[in-house]
Amino acid sequence: MAERSFAKEVQQLKIGAGEEFRGEGILAVTKALLENGVGYVAGYQGAPISHLMDVLADAEDILEELGVHFEASASEAAAAATLAASVHYPIRGAATWKSTVGTNVASDALANLASGGVLGGALIIVGEDYGEGSSIMQERSHAFAMKSQIWLLDPRPNLECIVKAVRDGFELSEASNTPVMLEIRIRSCHLHGRFIARDNQRPAMSLKEALESPRRATERIVLPPASFMHEQEKIKQRWPAAVDFIKSRKLNEFMGDDRGRIGIVMQGGMYNGVIRALQRLGLADLYGDTEVPLYVLNVTYPLIDDEFLSFCKDKDAVLIVEEGQPDYLEQAFGAMLYKAGARTKLTGKGYLPMAGEYTGQVMFDGVSRFFREHAPEYLSDRGRAPNAPPVSYPELAKTVPMRPPGFCTGCPERPIFAAMKLVEKKLGPHHVGADIGCHLFSIMPPFNIGATTMGYGLGPASNSAFNVEAGKRPIAVMGDGGFWHNGLASGVGNAVFNKQDGVVLVVDNHYSAATGGQDILSSRADNKRRSTKHPIEDAIRGLGGTWVKRIDRTYDVGKMRDALTEALTTAEKGPKFIVASSECMLNRQRREKPLVAKAIGDGKRMVKSRFGVDEDVCTGDHACIRLSGCPSLSVKKLDDPLRDDPVAAIDNNCVGCGNCGEVADAAVLCPSFYRADIIHNPNWLDRTLARWRAKFVTWLQARRSARRLALTS
Amino acid sequence: MTRTFSEDRDIIKLAILAIGGQGGGVLADWVVHLAEANGYYAQATSVPGVAQRTGATIYYLELVPDKGRTPVLSLMPAPGDVDVVIAAELMEAGRAIMRGLVTPNRTTLIASAHRAYAVSEKMAPGDGIADASKVLDIARQASHRLIAFDMESIATRSGSVISASLFGALAGSRALPFPRESFEETIRAGGKGMEASLKAFSVAFDAVSAPPPPRPGPEAPSVPAMRGPPELLAEYEKLTDALLADLPPGVKSMAMAGLAKVVDFQDLEYGRDYAYRLRKMLALDEDSGGAARDYALTRETAKYLANAMCYDDIIRVADAKTRGSRFARVREEMKASDEQVLTVTEFMHPRLREVLGSLPTGLARWIESKPGLCRILNPLFDRGRHARTDGFAWFSLLYGLAGMRGMRRKLLRHEVESAHIAQWLAEAERLAPRNYDLAVEVIRCRRLIKGYSDTHERGQSKFDRVLSAVPLLEPREDGAQWLKRLREAALLDEEGTALDGALKTVATLEA
Repeated sequence: MAERSFAKEVQQLKIGAGEEFRGEGILAVTKALLENGVGYVAGYQGAPISHLMDVLADAEDILEELGVHFEASASEAAAAATLAASVHYPIRGAATWKSTVGTNVASDALANLASGGVLGGALIIVGEDYGEGSSIMQERSHAFAMKSQIWLLDPRPNLECIVKAVRDGFELSEASNTPVMLEIRIRSCHLHGRFIARDNQRPAMSLKEALESPRRATERIVLPPASFMHEQEKIKQRWPAAVDFIKSRKLNEFMGDDRGRIGIVMQGGMYNGVIRALQRLGLADLYGDTEVPLYVLNVTYPLIDDEFLSFCKDKDAVLIVEEGQPDYLEQAFGAMLYKAGARTKLTGKGYLPMAGEYTGQVMFDGVSRFFREHAPEYLSDRGRAPNAPPVSYPELAKTVPMRPPGFCTGCPERPIFAAMKLVEKKLGPHHVGADIGCHLFSIMPPFNIGATTMGYGLGPASNSAFNVEAGKRPIAVMGDGGFWHNGLASGVGNAVFNKQDGVVLVVDNHYSAATGGQDILSSRADNKRRSTKHPIEDAIRGLGGTWVKRIDRTYDVGKMRDALTEALTTAEKGPKFIVASSECMLNRQRREKPLVAKAIGDGKRMVKSRFGVDEDVCTGDHACIRLSGCPSLSVKKLDDPLRDDPVAAIDNNCVGCGNCGEVADAAVLCPSFYRADIIHNPNWLDRTLARWRAKFVTWLQARRSARRLALTS
Repeated sequence: MTRTFSEDRDIIKLAILAIGGQGGGVLADWVVHLAEANGYYAQATSVPGVAQRTGATIYYLELVPDKGRTPVLSLMPAPGDVDVVIAAELMEAGRAIMRGLVTPNRTTLIASAHRAYAVSEKMAPGDGIADASKVLDIARQASHRLIAFDMESIATRSGSVISASLFGALAGSRALPFPRESFEETIRAGGKGMEASLKAFSVAFDAVSAPPPPRPGPEAPSVPAMRGPPELLAEYEKLTDALLADLPPGVKSMAMAGLAKVVDFQDLEYGRDYAYRLRKMLALDEDSGGAARDYALTRETAKYLANAMCYDDIIRVADAKTRGSRFARVREEMKASDEQVLTVTEFMHPRLREVLGSLPTGLARWIESKPGLCRILNPLFDRGRHARTDGFAWFSLLYGLAGMRGMRRKLLRHEVESAHIAQWLAEAERLAPRNYDLAVEVIRCRRLIKGYSDTHERGQSKFDRVLSAVPLLEPREDGAQWLKRLREAALLDEEGTALDGALKTVATLEA
């Protein structure tokens, strides 16, 4: 079960024609899929489309009623391959993932799919993780569309347009026998807005019908000579069909007064940003009404030559607003103008930066400069005047600390890296290949562990070259998410086969945690729709791993440290696997908190633990924090003139995971930490024992305070 | 010339800056519902992604009166174009200002003045906490209106979370054209934890017009109160009165704090030792022209001598863990009610070294000199102890250890610490007549020694390395400033990398 539940929100998926939908972009896309008779949806989670997967998982009952099948795929490659169901059958299918990382993984299947072409509409919904909030390398999905000839939709970022793009996408796919990619940017995925719904549609053909009357056609399979035919077909039939469809259905939009002598061409996704810049320049109103000629590309691939050339006709200059690099659109438009012998000045990159997100300020600056230099008559006096430089406060940059993401309070991965720190102190620093997942936060303070990350489930493989005789062994870290995504074959199998003499640490937190706590094969949860509880160590042994250690409580820092030390120093050759298992605390709290609260309310005996620091024992060195970084373990200044440094302090959010005590013990830090166990609804024995103990303790305390001087505190 | 449109001031632009896990999303949802309930068109976006794991996050909303037609709104804030910025933590307010989202001509900045320290602030071996007053000062200049008070503690006191008090402050600021009742209705519609949220909302709402007074600062440290049998208290009073009479005004309160600390640590006799050493330093201070320097040497000695004399041995820890006042404090911090049973488990890991420190000097030295014996003894001690201090056995043991106070002066640790203190004071005393400021800095270097086991040894080594520069710095007028820099460098990181760099610089100083 995922971190966020959409059980309430998904009820909106049932609304019918004419009713207004209000909610998040992701939910709107799901609704649009249902309205367009989708037959199946597959995907792999990851921001910004994790919620799409969570919505679909929470909506499985509704999907079932409509005869829609939903697969929580093992990887993006698996999700993309699922679209094979639309090759021979007129069934609409959709696949979704985080891009470009997911598209990288999926590209094998995508290239095959695009080569043979599709009969039923195939829609690939990519969450374009670019710009602020992104967690991945900054690249464009555009390149994948071009290389495999997949049409790319980049609708204007409002729910009405996004929902329409889903509809257009399926139809375009069917009209041109080509898969279509729908690009939705981070902010659009989490956009709250509204649109008027239509009725949900059952798929035209059910998967059951397809299975029971199978079809095949050799010419749709990628093998010579069909593969050569596919390439010709792409150019001679599918491309023109797509261009016709896009033009006749007016998927791209012309706005403003086309007599203007300048114009702006933009990706649909950039539209709101451009309009905001025009609004600020006094050139557009609240509703986007403007006299500036605009050409909005809701389809960014293929480009429609004659639409663009007619837009440029009689224009002195056009500005291309294309976020990211390389500037594929601008290059293509340049070629079009040149070939047509046009004299229109083409601008874009230069006014706008080649790299990086087009934020509000970047867009405003770029658009204003374009007007100032090419059409000053559009501007009011204010717009013509150069901007007053914004006030900056350099002192702030020195004061305000960075706040990168890190492990949550009570995270079971924290003690693993604390143990690695301790091993480092004994055996020296090691080469650590990191992976993708929450555990990658180890690269940041306070742990500073991990040298590279080569992709999801590729941590162990990234250490392959270091399979040589040396005084130290390489360590690879990989999460359970990465393990099942790709790591089993590329990491474990590869290490066993090549007899890699390194250490592979698999962090098993019972979920695909970084993406929002979705279940995976090794999850311990009961999931009525999925098969779970498949131990990771069984999989490793199944592949031939022999040195496998499982640690069932990562908070046991001493045990973690010893296991790592043994793996690094044992005489045994070949890969050494350590599976470190403890449940993701975020999910555990979400699962347990209501149950505990209810039990306490019902009068049941319950023990709740929390940690504390004795401020008069703590000396303010913060060694504990350098082995933790827990949000709940902080510092506080004491009201004591004799003390300079703030002491450690634990706030109310502590979940009593035990890391503080274990680290203090294993690292021989200090005796400041204590664990307080509060027994709610204590039973008779608890109360009696407590009473006796208290009597004994207070008697001794009173005895001593009668004989000494002590500070009152 | 084309038609121009007047810039639409109807759009209310609102940004929320929070830390992942603070409930920024809940607040954004509330604002959306509030606006929609009041006939507005609301658009909200966020970029949670990986930052929701304790990182800095931002939510952005645009609200505009709904006239039936879909407006075109921006998905991200632009510098200089935001009406309301809500920061769920003080440094996040600073971040909003750095991003240009807060401008003096229009932005209402609503910031919770509490701090959630970043890892970089917490992990420094010294005091790495960022200067909050600097951020508040700039926030005042940078914004049209600043509303800043501790909304976190308001929420906690009401049993709620900060989104509720931020929402209350937003309502109280009147920055949105919606009535208070409508805000409260929004919270009610949310259901879960409604009562507590409404309480936090209400307190924060009122606090906007009457901000709670800032907590009294540490300007007036209260005179430490001592407790004990009357005859000992009378003795103690004699001791304090005599010392107060001898000390210059600027030193008094520090010396009283120091005296109380050493007496609490050991006994009255120990307090007399402290007073003796302090008087000695005062005499030297007067001879060295300390009057012109506010007796800085004596004041700093009063502070650091007390800390040095109260070294962290097993006896002190056992004493701290078994006091009645500590039991009361734990109960209060843990918010345990009288009906609940509270048990306390300590995490201790004394090594042979610490154990030897608690043995009579002769015996300890004899064991130390027998490596074979140490090897046998070591495993007996070097392991973690999870001690139930509320139970009979562990309490008795710790109580007994704390009772060894009476013989502390005969134990190895005391001998080691006393020698170290004597050497340190002697160095300052030697320097005082030649380079007064450097002597003061030498005293202050005691701050470097802290912690237990490895940490303590590391501190000791840093102390030695910093003081190793004294001969070079002694003849220099700016010697004190250099020593201060070295000490500060030593507190920057654990390994002492910054200190090594600073020492290299000192070594290259022109004479």
